[in-house]
Parts: sequence; C-alpha cells; structure tokens
Amino acid sequence: MNFGDNISQAFTSLRANKMRALLTMLGIIIGIAAVIAIMTVGSSMQNSISDQMQSLGVNNITVYIQQKDDGWGRGGPGMMGAFPGQQQGPGEDDLITNEMLTALREEYPDEIQAYSLSVDVGSGSTTAGSKYAYISIMGANSEYMTANNIDITRGRFVNDQDSDGRRKVAVVSDKLVSSMFGEEDPIGKTIMAVTDSHVGTYTIVGVYQTESSDFGPTTTSDADTQTEMYIPLGTAQKIMGTDGYQMFTIMSATSVNATTFSEQVQSALGKYYSRNEEYEVSTFSMESMVETVTSMLSQVTLAISAIAAIALLVGGIGVMNIMLVSITERTREIGVRKALGATNGEIRAQFIVEAIVICFIGGIIGIILGIILGMIGVQVINSMSSGEGGDMSYGTSVSVNAILLATGFSMAIGLFFGYYPANKAAKLDPIDALRFE
Amino acid sequence: MANIIELHGIIKRYFIGKPNELQVLNGLDIEVPEGEFVSIIGESGSGKSTLMNIIGMLDRPTEGTYSLGGIDTLVQPDVVLSRLRGQKVGFVFQTFNLIGRMNAQKNVEMPMLYNHVPAKERAERAAHLLEIVEMADRAKHQPNELSGGQKQRVAIARAMANDPDVILADEPTGALDSATGRLVMDIFHDLHERYGKTIVLITHNPELAEETQRIITLKDGDIVGVRAGAGHGGRQNAAPTEALS
Repeated sequence: MNFGDNISQAFTSLRANKMRALLTMLGIIIGIAAVIAIMTVGSSMQNSISDQMQSLGVNNITVYIQQKDDGWGRGGPGMMGAFPGQQQGPGEDDLITNEMLTALREEYPDEIQAYSLSVDVGSGSTTAGSKYAYISIMGANSEYMTANNIDITRGRFVNDQDSDGRRKVAVVSDKLVSSMFGEEDPIGKTIMAVTDSHVGTYTIVGVYQTESSDFGPTTTSDADTQTEMYIPLGTAQKIMGTDGYQMFTIMSATSVNATTFSEQVQSALGKYYSRNEEYEVSTFSMESMVETVTSMLSQVTLAISAIAAIALLVGGIGVMNIMLVSITERTREIGVRKALGATNGEIRAQFIVEAIVICFIGGIIGIILGIILGMIGVQVINSMSSGEGGDMSYGTSVSVNAILLATGFSMAIGLFFGYYPANKAAKLDPIDALRFE
Repeated sequence: MANIIELHGIIKRYFIGKPNELQVLNGLDIEVPEGEFVSIIGESGSGKSTLMNIIGMLDRPTEGTYSLGGIDTLVQPDVVLSRLRGQKVGFVFQTFNLIGRMNAQKNVEMPMLYNHVPAKERAERAAHLLEIVEMADRAKHQPNELSGGQKQRVAIARAMANDPDVILADEPTGALDSATGRLVMDIFHDLHERYGKTIVLITHNPELAEETQRIITLKDGDIVGVRAGAGHGGRQNAAPTEALS
C-alpha cells in the first residue's frame, strides 16, 4: 500500500461519513481561520502604519531640552511651573545655541544634511478688516518645510533671506485663507497678528494645505480651528529676544541609521549640559518610533493569535475524539484488513493519513475563510477610521508565511492527534477485531 | 504430492501461568497435501476456530511447528506473517466481512493493495475474479446492495485475489439459506476442481463435510477421526484441468 493508496482510502472513508468529517473539520477550520484573520489584520495594520510613519520622515531626529529628573518624577514641559515661584520654562542659558549646532555639524558633516529650526512665538489671533482667525505663530527656517512635510499650495515658504532680513512675512493655512479672504488671492495681503506678548503686521507670501494628521486630533469646525502661521526664523528670534532653541530637528542622510545616530547626537550635545542643573538634552527619532510601534503591533498580533491557536488545539482534540470513535466502529474492518495482509504499520499509516487529510482540508478551508474574514476586518477598520475624518486606509496584506505555517500546523495537528488513535488501531488483535460486534 | 500445510505437535494454551490456564489444542499433527479439499468438523468448543486462526497465522500456537508452503512460519516476525497471510492464505468468513463503504470491485482489490499490486493490474484481476464467481455485473454495487449469497461470492473472489496457496473457509455457508449455501459450495468445488486450489473448510455441518475429500474431526482439542469424504458428487481427487491466470 503506497502513499497514494492511503490518501484514496482516507477519502473513501471520509466520503462515507461526510457530515461527521465536516463537523470534525469545523474545529480546525475555526482555529485556522481565526489565526489567519488576526494575522492578516495585524500585518495589514503594521504595513500601513509603518508606511505612513516612513512618509513622515524616518531620518528626522528631533532634539529637545527637558528638565532633569529631580526626584519628583520625570521633569518635562508639563511639569514646568508646577509650584509657585519656580522658574517658568528654560532660561536663555539653557537653550540650544547656534554654536552647538555649528559644532555638531562639524563633528558629523556626512550624517547631517540640514537642520530644521523653529521658535515658538505664541498663540493668538489675526485680523484683517472685520475677519479674524486663531493662530499660533512659529518662526521657522526653510528646511522646516521639508522636515514637516508642509505642502505649499500658493506662493512660497519663508526662506533664509526673509530670516536674515528679519522680514515680516508669513505663510498661513488654507483654512485661515478661506475664512478670512474667501476666494480672493491672499498673496501680498497684510494681516495683523496679536499674541500675548507681540503685535505685528505681516505680509502673506505663501499658503500651505492643512492636512489632518492621522495621529493628531481633528476638529470639524473651521472657524474655531487654530492653525500655524509660519514667520521667518530671524523675525521670530528678534521678537522673542533669543537666539537659542528649545528644540530642533536634524535631517540626517538616508544612509544613516537614525536610531544610533540620535544616540550619538544626544551624547555630543549632552556635554554642554553636563553642568546644567535643570536641563538635559533628549532626542527622538521617527525610526525608533516606527520600530517601537511595529514591534508592539506584532507582539499584540502574536498574543491574539496564540489565543486563537487554543481554538486550534480544541479542534485537534476533536479530531482525536472522532478518530477514536471511528476506530471503535471500524474494529471489524481493521480485523479484516489484517486478515487480508495489512501490517500494523500499514493500519497505523492509514488512520494517521486519514486524520491528516481531515486537518489538511480543514486547514485549507480555514485559510480561505480567514483571508476573507481578515479582508472584511480591514474594511471595517478602514470605514471606522474614515468615519472619524481620517483618510488612512489599510491595504490588505496576507502573510504568505502565515498561510504556510497554518497549513503545516494543521497537518502537524493531524499527525499529533491522529497518532494515538491510529496506534491503538494498529495494535488491535486481529482475532478479537474479527469477532467484534 | 507435497504437503502445503504441515502442523506438528500444535498445542495452544490460554491464561498461561494463571489458575484458569486452559489448553485448547492438545498437540495436533495435520498435513494437507497440495490441491486437497479438506474439512475440519467439530462441535463448538472443540478447538476448530483456534486451529483455523493458527492455520491463518492470525494466532501463534504455544508449542509446535507450522510450515506453510515450505516456510517455517512460527519463526517469522509479525510483519512477515502479515505479508504471508496476504499472499498465501485467502480467508472466507461466515459473516462475509466485506468493507461496507467500498463496492464489490474495491473489496476484491483490497488484498492486492497490501501486496503492492499496481492499480491497473488490481482492477483487471478483480474484474476477472468477479467474473469467475459470476458477480461481474455487480462490481460497482456496495455490499449493502447485495444478498447474502452475492456477498459471499464477492468474499470468495477477494480470497482469491493474491492467488493464495490455501483458501481457509470458516463456516462459509453458516449465514446462508440452503439454496445459496449450495451455490457457494459449488463455487468452492469449482475452484478446487478447475483451478486446483487447496481448500480447508471449517464447519459443524457433517453433510457439507461429506462433500470434501477428507474429513478431520476435532473433539476437545484432539483429532478423534480422519476419514475420506464422498467428494463432490463422488468425483474424488479430480485433477485440475485449468490453471488460474
């Protein structure tokens, strides 16, 4: 009896009991389908999220200063001013200076492509005639646009000449334009900007498109929306009376491993802060963020898959149960087969193959079902996220590894849970088996 | 003519070493020459079923030697005994023992499956055997669509599948009415006379035993009588006239 004969024998006996075979498979089908569906949703989310984050710039390293851990918990911007009389924010001496940036660039000329620099001026409102809009003013250099994926729809972004000349020009959002100027061309128009500490008149030189970030909060009312207004870096520094930075972004070369480079930057700048009692330098890179999120997602996927695999285990026990029943029912058949020349090994092989065939067919059906369920799951998540105003959509990506693994695993279950019943059948005494009623 | 079956000093005991130790066969010597149609009769409990299991190599005797077609069977491991069983012995059971979810043709093919006969040859030979037992028109029928006599004819075809040295028939007409029983006996006579098969018939029916060439009577594990039977219609020791292809 060769392998092909074994398979055809297995199909013959499964056909004789179609309903039972199907019910036995059901456990395997559900288990495999659950695992595949979860892994499909998981890997789809993982791919999309890492794609999205890649587009935000994996080679950007954000460097910022934060309060040292003083034993009252981690210091940070949120902790500032927690007690009356305590220093409000970092002083001029604590900020990152242009000298530090120059030195850093000299130390890593190949790694650093550009600095994206910004100074926060504060938030307030703008007025032009009777129209007004809420803004927060940010002084930025020209690289800030690339580093932050700012999409200019009209005019231009603020540049180095604007900065050097301390020009009072501004780049505003399309939302601000539509609420203040309607269909009119805003380029060249002047607006009055008012914040707590500053009042100034600016000429609009560019308009950028407000893109609702997938990760940020989005609001529905245009009128209440506070948008960024970008002014030249030099202008902002003059207003704030500072030439240092609380934070800046390094745009590193694509060949650089941002995660390790950010550690180098942290230690390079750290020496300036070794004697500073209040502040220290921290870095943050999108690449390490992507790694964190991706590994978190895959761990979650794995954990849920493991739970789903319990269904598979239960299915396997079901297979064993039915095989034991089937062998008891077919005791006489086993006796006859032995009388007709079957060896113990051949009887064992026959029943193991039968169990494997059940699990294999169940596995295939489960994989198909799981892919369909996974696609539906991805669609549901997409429709939920688009309902919230986000435009993120996950492409379905079915993991080939998961399919191969599931097929192999289901057959292994057949082998594992089929072996005991098959061995029991093989060891039957032919005389007893032939007498069995 | 050479002996196809040689049993010497066959003793079978059960529950060895226990208080209820039971000796079923008390040292039997049986020789069956090639081409003989022999019957073994006895009351129930005489040990004839045990003897048949030993001849069919389903069981091993406690003591004694058994040679089948010149092979000393008792020294062989189980795997070899399984093969010998499939190749040298054809079983015909009282209750037919066809496999329910396979048609007649597949049932006849079964012993060839375990004898590694290629699929095409299996099908051809099964069809030929079903013709011999006049069941060719029912080849695709499931066992539950066949009458008792038809089932037994399929079972005989199955017993012939690997062209065995010996056909071992255990009460082959026991579950049949006398008319179909007659038909089945005729097939055995046919196999014996036309194809020269050695047939061992185990029965408790003296009339059937009388049709065979030799009758061995068992009682309480001993051979109490060996005598010549009347043979099929009195034709004793008919020479084989046609070889089974």
